[in-house]
Amino acid sequence: MSTRLASGGRLIDRSKQVQFTFNGKQMRGHAGDTLASALLANDQMMVGRSFKYHRPRGIVASGAEEPNALINMGEGARFEPNQRATTTELFNGLVAQSQNHWPSLEFDIGAVNTYFSRFLPAGFYYKMFMYPRAFWKHVYEPFIRQSAGLGRAPKQRDQDTYEHFYHFADLVVIGGGVAGLQAALAAATAGQSVLVIEQTADWGGRAPVDGVADDSTIDGMDADAWVAQAVAKLDAMDNVTMRTRTMGAGVYDHGYLLAYERLRDHAPEAKGPRHRLWRIRTKQIVTATGAIERPLSFAGNDLPGVMLAAALRDYVVNYGVSTGDRTVVVTNNDDAYRTAIVLKQAGLEVPVIIDARPEGGGALMAKARDMGIRVDTGRAIAKVKGGKRVTGVQICAQAGEGSVLEEIPCDAVAMSGGWSPVVHLWSHCGGKLIWDDAQAHFRPDPSRPPTGASGEGFVIAAGSANGALALDAALADATAAGVAAARAAGGTPDDAPPPKADALGEAALAPVWMMPQGANIKLRMKSWLDFQNDVKVSDVQLAAHEGFESVEHAKRYTTLGMATDQGKLSNINGLAILSDALGQPIPVTGTTTFRPPYTPISMGAIAGEARGEIFQPLRRTPMHDWHDANGADWEPVGHWRRPYAFVRNGETVNEAVMREVRNTREKLGLLDASTLGKLIVKGPDAGRFLDMMYTNMMSTLKPGKCRYGLMCSENGFLSDDGVVARIDDDTWLCHTTTGGADRIHAHMEEWLQTEWWDWKVYVANVTEQLAQVAVVGPNARKLLEKLGGMDVSREALGFMEWADGTLGGFDARVYRISFSGELSYEVAVPASQGRAFWDKLMEAGKEFGVMPYGTEALHIMRAEKGFIMIGDETDGTVIPQDLGLDWALSKKKEDYLGKRAQQRSHMTDPNRWKLVGLETVDGSVLPDGAYALGNGVNENGQKVMIGRVTSTYHSPTLNRGIAMGLVLHGPDRMGEVLDFPGTDGKTYKAKIVSAVFYDPEGEKQNV
Amino acid sequence: MKRYSAFAIAREAARYHSGWERAWRSPEPKRKYDVIIVGAGGHGLATAYYLGKNFGITNVAVIEKGWLGGGNTGRNTTIIRSNYLQDPSAAIYEKSRSLYETMSQDLNYNVMFSPRGVIMLAQTHHEVRGYQRTAHANALQGVTTEFITPQKVKELVPIINLAGPRYPVLGGLWQARGGTARHDAVAWGYARACSDMGMDIIQKCEVTGVRRDGGRVAGVDTTKGPIDCDKLGIVVAGHSGVLADMAGFRLPIESVALQALVSEPIKPCMDVVVMANTVHGYMSQSDKGEMVIGGGADGYNNYTQRGSFHHIEETVRALIETFPMVSRLKMLRQWGGIVDMTGDRSPILSKTPVDGVFINCGWGTGGFKAIPGSGWGMAELIAKGRSPLTDAFSLDRFKEGRFIDESVAAGVAH
Repeated sequence: MSTRLASGGRLIDRSKQVQFTFNGKQMRGHAGDTLASALLANDQMMVGRSFKYHRPRGIVASGAEEPNALINMGEGARFEPNQRATTTELFNGLVAQSQNHWPSLEFDIGAVNTYFSRFLPAGFYYKMFMYPRAFWKHVYEPFIRQSAGLGRAPKQRDQDTYEHFYHFADLVVIGGGVAGLQAALAAATAGQSVLVIEQTADWGGRAPVDGVADDSTIDGMDADAWVAQAVAKLDAMDNVTMRTRTMGAGVYDHGYLLAYERLRDHAPEAKGPRHRLWRIRTKQIVTATGAIERPLSFAGNDLPGVMLAAALRDYVVNYGVSTGDRTVVVTNNDDAYRTAIVLKQAGLEVPVIIDARPEGGGALMAKARDMGIRVDTGRAIAKVKGGKRVTGVQICAQAGEGSVLEEIPCDAVAMSGGWSPVVHLWSHCGGKLIWDDAQAHFRPDPSRPPTGASGEGFVIAAGSANGALALDAALADATAAGVAAARAAGGTPDDAPPPKADALGEAALAPVWMMPQGANIKLRMKSWLDFQNDVKVSDVQLAAHEGFESVEHAKRYTTLGMATDQGKLSNINGLAILSDALGQPIPVTGTTTFRPPYTPISMGAIAGEARGEIFQPLRRTPMHDWHDANGADWEPVGHWRRPYAFVRNGETVNEAVMREVRNTREKLGLLDASTLGKLIVKGPDAGRFLDMMYTNMMSTLKPGKCRYGLMCSENGFLSDDGVVARIDDDTWLCHTTTGGADRIHAHMEEWLQTEWWDWKVYVANVTEQLAQVAVVGPNARKLLEKLGGMDVSREALGFMEWADGTLGGFDARVYRISFSGELSYEVAVPASQGRAFWDKLMEAGKEFGVMPYGTEALHIMRAEKGFIMIGDETDGTVIPQDLGLDWALSKKKEDYLGKRAQQRSHMTDPNRWKLVGLETVDGSVLPDGAYALGNGVNENGQKVMIGRVTSTYHSPTLNRGIAMGLVLHGPDRMGEVLDFPGTDGKTYKAKIVSAVFYDPEGEKQNV
Repeated sequence: MKRYSAFAIAREAARYHSGWERAWRSPEPKRKYDVIIVGAGGHGLATAYYLGKNFGITNVAVIEKGWLGGGNTGRNTTIIRSNYLQDPSAAIYEKSRSLYETMSQDLNYNVMFSPRGVIMLAQTHHEVRGYQRTAHANALQGVTTEFITPQKVKELVPIINLAGPRYPVLGGLWQARGGTARHDAVAWGYARACSDMGMDIIQKCEVTGVRRDGGRVAGVDTTKGPIDCDKLGIVVAGHSGVLADMAGFRLPIESVALQALVSEPIKPCMDVVVMANTVHGYMSQSDKGEMVIGGGADGYNNYTQRGSFHHIEETVRALIETFPMVSRLKMLRQWGGIVDMTGDRSPILSKTPVDGVFINCGWGTGGFKAIPGSGWGMAELIAKGRSPLTDAFSLDRFKEGRFIDESVAAGVAH
């Protein structure tokens, strides 16, 4: 059984007990435990089920590489699936549940898959479930979906908060083991800013654990002491920032680095954000990210109780937890001997060390033998016995085919297939790898690092992440890396020798990719590569056999390395098997692509603070609160909210709209027009610039006058419209649509910055500086005259003119323009005065029957007048000529944006659809977006269309449906009736009429 | 070719799967082919497949620089729909969607086409009108779509937040027969079928030049030597500009990296595909249980098949807003693919200035769904010189201003 030892555990505080539950069962651990170590201490060896066959799964690792120990964690709004127990720090009240089983972890119906596994090899689903066709959707797929997945889906809204943090550093060292600390020490002497991050809660990495077996020292100290003084030294330096619980997540172009800090995962009740995403710009990155131990591929290597040798050692040394009472160690290298030594020191039994190397190992082997541990060399595990837990191993010759020589009872197996450097961060941004034959792993190729904008490398690997696995080599390598990084970042670090390490030397490893070497198919079908996704040696061999020869094909066909650990344990073993099957060297096979993040990071952290109300900033006009308090039915327009209508008690929205139109036409309406874009264009070349921007001539506009202008894209399509006012000789104010303000501002800037950079023009977006109110209706002038302060008479302020002055004591700019066909003024006042001005208008307007109106009334009134609306009549494919706006296309100008495009053959095609009015024969309202039906079908069998509805409303003024539309030869077909099939099954009949339904002579606005 | 079936699996299980054939041969190139297709992605392989199936042209080589299906075919978010607005788009995408329905049976390869339905959310009044328009157009185009209410959206997507503080869900355009398929399987299924027809799929073979004889194509130079052909189809997505340059013409194409990501797998929680164009995010759940999430395209041209981070952030924000539970999931992996964007965001399937050279590119961010339809039309174009499915997508349209702009009904084209 696995249990807490009576003593030991360098990371736990035995004086502090911590309560938690696993599958509803109360358990106890200590402060400093991970969930994994605490589960082991409570003899909870089996912690989950695998993805495909639902096989029992136990903890296999002790860190970020863990593929098996994934749990549903927490409850309610803090529930989260797939939490890795090995990187989850234990806290009081932690609630954990195992995943991917039904009805229970111990008894899982899905485990029946394991008995059919012979029928479920790699890619079986590509070859079946095809007949009958309907069964895929209705039978096969629902079943597959239900049995796949791992953790439960969260249900509630996340109650935690997250934040982003921006950081700039000359150097970032990723990894707080001895290599990372030494690299930081070496680099920091240059005085540049250095950030050191470590993904776990503790500094030091593996060295303190490994040192226990070796009695190793660094500069005469044990590793813990050396780490403590190194951290103290770094902490004391002003130019160094240290963070634990912070993982290097991804390296991106140009030295952009993402780090993921888990602030409250270990203390969920504490105040503050749960995760913090560090967005770092740095000159140089040192990856001291360590190495990950590889499993060995032997039959039954997936049973609970089979663990990585170093992990097993971690649990003893760090947490005082034994995985089993009798542990068989199986290895192809010297490092695993450290596990045997540590176990023996802790008083646990190690019946045998099985070393696949014919000659065995070096000093560590000698030490183990001296302690009385049996060492069998040239041997292998033929098969692990057991079901939900290891009960023993069968030993065979590594060179053979698996004939059993001996069976040894045990309750744990510690395996080591060698170590692979963590090269993820090196590789994210294009760093290349080389194959190290001696150590049988890929490591960073220093001659091909990821390169920044200068073409120089910006990542340097250090220590075991660079393939320097031995303690002395790692420290020397880290020193060199730190110095090199500081120099590359422009600093001058001190040249100090690396610390002196004294540890036991290691003999060479022998690559062992399959155990035994000639394992037969029955054993290979039981030899796991990917524990979570259930990919076995036989699966990769099948992929190669079927022609999935590229490592990417083999990965995708077998799902090797596609689990939540992204192949941290399985990839190298898998591609060695693939290479063997293809008869080619491993480096020819290559690796799959390393993608960010290093381990999964929360979506919450990625989104940061931006959620709910601040997901995107809501823009409010100065009158927003008044609208809200007076029945506004809000409509999102760009980042603004605009009142669609002001709904009174007992009224529907539609009734409100009808009332607003009638009131405005008959008396007086107010529209909050503050959201309309307002761009100041100023400078000696402003007129020339606007002549290019607009289809109209703007340079000849006289100060004091307004002109309705059209803007087209380079492709000739109408993109925005609005009234332009000339303020003085070199200043124009351009109104844009609400949604268009930022886009048009950017459009103008783009042209100014990239094409006409030598023109003397400035553009300023003053949309939010001004509150603007449209005062509309027959009583509009009366209201402004009542306010008093400036002459707004027909004579003093004619149609399409503007003037500055005061109105009722407010500084105001008054434009005499109309988008409704009524007598109308748009009055701009400073934004800070907007609400007061609005209140004043409402108050003073009472006697004239004033009412506010919303966007829908605005739309109806403009449609009654046949005015186009950007986004309704236009959609990015419509040119001004389609809309009968030829009058706004200056013939005098040599050029304007879109002019050349509008001369292309399709643009001048007489068969383009043109703007007309549409009146339903029965007075009803045409459906929005309906198409007019032509005759027959086209070559692709589609019904021929000859027009479409662009705007459609019920007009309260005319008391009938009115619409605008684009119709083939429309203006030539007045009076013709077209069929518009609706999606409701009805066909609507509508007559082609003029688009101006109301006051065609324009008498109402020009009074 | 031995057929795949449950019986075949049982038979092979008895002999430990030792009798399976290679899914496709791995031949050395011949000296000459009737047709060479450059690019063994979905579109290239489908083109070859329908050349053989519909026109009996089987002396065909498909040449691939890397591994087949390794470009955008193997990097996309697998959404299949045909609810497009413009006639030419609706025609080719609907043809494609209908071919997906029977693809597994046609190829004897389970591509797991899953008509789980696609919703495009309307979150502004403008979008509501846009999708109502699309629904009207689709009805006449023979594409079954429906504009649905927010309540119906909620029934289909229980995890959705209808009343987000920023963009409430006002309805959606629903295509019940849209869905997803297993992207790799589409490439593999076509490759197996092409190989079975005697076509040569030549991987790890890079085209280094296009040889011309007068104004006509004569063949290609490759890293495996020169290969002659009568006709050449260039179907290489992100690197189309490079190939066109070799052939001596230019393309109105920009290549940018498009981002995608997946979450860790979870038990089924969302059966349909949801696209939220106003906030720029779309999501579906794979059969493995991962939430498959499409992001934006980088704002600068490049050929690195990597993801930058900024778009991921925007996308994830949008999704948390739309599906609050996403906050509690974790991003497992992000990646990028190089998409070839045209000015109107519609593809190019066309003859070129070089006789005998045909090009299929410009699928931008939405090519996966088009694979079979694109292959069908492209094969006809190569075999017969024109195809009603591809006519409108010719290169001429940029000269004529005859754009096929799909962005008109929604903020995002694909």
